[in-house]
Amino acid sequence: MAKPNQPTQPPAKKSKKAVPMPKQEPKVRARNFNEVALGYSEEQALEEAARCLNCPKPQCVVGCPVELDIPAFIKLIKERKYDEAIKKIKEKNSLPAICGRVCPQEEQCQKLCVLGKIGEPTAIGRLERFAADYELKKGVDTPTLPTSTGKKVAIIGAGPAGLTAAADLAKFGHEVVIFEALHVPGGVLVYGIPEFRLPKKIVEAEVEYIKKLGVKIQTDALIGRLHTIEDLFKKGFDAVFIGTGAGLPQFMRIPGENLGGIYSANEFLIRVNLMKSYRFPEYDTPIRIGKKVAVIGGGNVAMDSARSALRLGAEEVCIVYRRSREELPAREEEIENAEEEGIVCKFLAAPIRFIGDEKGWVKGMECILMQLGEPDESGRRRPVPIKGSEFIMDVDTVIVAIGRTPNPIIQTTTKGLQTTKWGTIIVDEKTGQTSIPGVFAGGDIVTGEATVISAMGAGKRAARAINEYLMQKKS
Amino acid sequence: MYKIITKRELAPKIKLFEIHAPEIAEQARPGQFVIVRLHEKGERVPLTIAGYDRHKGTITIVFNEVGKTTKELGCLNNGDSILNLAGPLGNPSEIQKFGRVLVVGGGVMTAPLYLVAKALRDAGNELTVVVGARIKDLLIYEKEMKNIADEFYVTTDDGSKGQKGLDFLKELLSKKHFDRAVVMGPVVMMKTVSEITKPFSVKTIVTLTPIMVDGMGMCGACRVTVKGETKFGCVDGPEFDGHAVDFDELIKRQRVYLPEERVASVFYEKIGGCACGEA
Ligand SMILES: Cc1cc2nc3c(=O)[nH]c(=O)nc-3n(C[C@H](O)[C@H](O)[C@H](O)COP(=O)(O)OP(=O)(O)OC[C@H]3O[C@@H](n4cnc5c(N)ncnc54)[C@H](O)[C@@H]3O)c2cc1C
Ligand SMILES: Cc1cc2nc3c(=O)[nH]c(=O)nc-3n(C[C@H](O)[C@H](O)[C@H](O)COP(=O)(O)OP(=O)(O)OC[C@H]3O[C@@H](n4cnc5c(N)ncnc54)[C@H](O)[C@@H]3O)c2cc1C
Ligand code: FES
Repeated sequence: MAKPNQPTQPPAKKSKKAVPMPKQEPKVRARNFNEVALGYSEEQALEEAARCLNCPKPQCVVGCPVELDIPAFIKLIKERKYDEAIKKIKEKNSLPAICGRVCPQEEQCQKLCVLGKIGEPTAIGRLERFAADYELKKGVDTPTLPTSTGKKVAIIGAGPAGLTAAADLAKFGHEVVIFEALHVPGGVLVYGIPEFRLPKKIVEAEVEYIKKLGVKIQTDALIGRLHTIEDLFKKGFDAVFIGTGAGLPQFMRIPGENLGGIYSANEFLIRVNLMKSYRFPEYDTPIRIGKKVAVIGGGNVAMDSARSALRLGAEEVCIVYRRSREELPAREEEIENAEEEGIVCKFLAAPIRFIGDEKGWVKGMECILMQLGEPDESGRRRPVPIKGSEFIMDVDTVIVAIGRTPNPIIQTTTKGLQTTKWGTIIVDEKTGQTSIPGVFAGGDIVTGEATVISAMGAGKRAARAINEYLMQKKS
Repeated sequence: MYKIITKRELAPKIKLFEIHAPEIAEQARPGQFVIVRLHEKGERVPLTIAGYDRHKGTITIVFNEVGKTTKELGCLNNGDSILNLAGPLGNPSEIQKFGRVLVVGGGVMTAPLYLVAKALRDAGNELTVVVGARIKDLLIYEKEMKNIADEFYVTTDDGSKGQKGLDFLKELLSKKHFDRAVVMGPVVMMKTVSEITKPFSVKTIVTLTPIMVDGMGMCGACRVTVKGETKFGCVDGPEFDGHAVDFDELIKRQRVYLPEERVASVFYEKIGGCACGEA
């Protein structure tokens, strides 16, 4: 038996490096929409799983927003008990094939991994994906459903927050209906994150699993317009969860921004991902992409937009970011992928004006150079324009990816719902309880733009609180 | 799936559908719109609600067959279904007693305007209604509008029926005082009417139809400049003050996808169009 905090096997044999993720060649993948990261084979998964030290006091679990029992599932992979491994994961995470692909593990579980102190941490995300893909390939088991409690919960928004809350509430035995405004469930997972990073059939499969739990999903239902929250209670729902996300695109408010060829990242990504315009004219929604594309911003959304533009046939794609490389908020892995594919970055620059041609199409972008000054409220050094450094970039397409704010429709149609000055909904952090009894909220609508896993964590906490609320409430 | 209950052709290439959509019918109000998507590969197309029947659980849309999606829609028949129908979207029309209202409708948008005009009349307004189209064969809702109008005019671009063009509005406005004008139609026509009413200081409400994708405030494709500020047509509108709208920008933005729309239309016809052989 191993002593506490001692590895179960001698670490000497272990490689300091994680088994690399097999990927499509950069030159090839830059022109197609197929998934970039191909996933571990069984051998690779076993090799990587063997690196895990199985710490008795695992730090990785502390770093996971949904407290996945990471060493336990990795141990099951080591033992080739893949069915049990995925079952273990699903105890805490209903969307593992998604999280295994898009979670920023480097800032969460893997950041705290003991192996990380001497080399690369265990590739937890890749192993999670391996187990989830194994199950998807094999066919997902139908879970056993508990007896009905007779309570009804309405979930608004089918993003990761809403889907997670729905799954957990169904497991408690409540009747759950999700109202989703768009024509497909998934939120950012279907309309934002591109196919090459998260294939839509993976999202579909995870949604199917949630439906198997008995959850009903009504699409084309914009709450606030089709029904208000008040209406939902009148229709017999006992509680409501709001998971409407941060889908309102921000613009820079500089001259020329409404010229043709200037998209918000949301419009661009919705056309490409949700409406599949990369397959136009087989699919009906068009997208116009020029030769020289500039993407403004430096987060995951900017990377996804730039890489999509490249795949649509742009000759040059340049990311224009007002700080330096160190401050780029996107995941390191995605920055590397983008650079490998040939995307260039112009750091310390920001647009101040767009120039159009006679038809109203953008043809140039005037920028100004920046230098980093004192840190601002976010702790990052504030970019300060350098006088007289203006220059003009030739562009024919611009994608603005400078941030998204909360969807406002619910807030403006629900009396008594308290919000912050940024439009996010105010809740009790532990429970997701809003200012209205029986109404809970979580995900980006509460925190502003965050991550898939934090939205799921909020959905989980709210589900627990809603369950308690319903069981206490005398009907 | 949303079933088509009634189909009628009102004029060449202009069709009316009554669609079974009880939840939308329950909430719909004049001036709001829906987004339709015909099938798995379809695009999201906004159409204004031209009527609703809460008892029957139906809504009415009237559309012009201008491109791929509307042609395909026009080929559907009674009993066929539409895959997606989202709504009601946008803000309802502002309905109250204003006094004397000038109602101007152009082309296919005359149909949803009728719903607004009826509500305005029911709110106690006196209506002067103008119904227009390019040529006389394309006039729709003439009889219906005439029935609710205190004063009624027809106009065509070529003068084939009624007045020729919109110049006669100047005379009308100089003879009578109007408290408000409500205009729905092609952008160029809304621009012209707004220019005509401006010197008379008659508040003029136009319904803008910028290109939309989601119709729910998530993409910004529908942005329009109103009083120098960027607004989203789908959630801030679709009604705006016609004297504050930058129409020239809107006209340019509507043309952005013209080449692709042609491709879609040609592609559709190449693969055989629809069974009814009209495409
Ligand atoms: C391009 C892009 C890339 C990203 N990449 C990553 C990544 O790699 N890793 C990561 O962890 N995070 C990433 N994120 C962030 C992550 O996707 C979000 O934090 C997460 O999706 C938030 O989940 P949510 O459930 O709160 O909201 P959303 O996913 O936004 O879902 C909200 C849903 O509610 C619906 N809705 C809105 N209003 C209404 C209404 N009134 N009625 C009914 N339905 C409504 C919306 O249509 C939507 O489907 C990315 C985001 C974007 C845009
Ligand atoms: C809020 C709103 C309400 C609308 N209500 C109605 C309605 O009640 N009845 C109706 O017939 N049409 C209405 N429209 C216009 C309608 O949505 C377009 O005609 C339709 O999208 C065309 O699709 P398509 O694929 O058939 O044609 P496309 O191939 O997309 O376009 C064909 C032609 O139509 C023009 N066009 C495309 N989009 C628009 C637009 N948004 N506005 C004006 N012209 C456009 C193109 O420039 C092109 O010349 C409305 C638009 C909006 C935004
Ligand atoms: S249509 Fe997308 S924001 Fe208006």
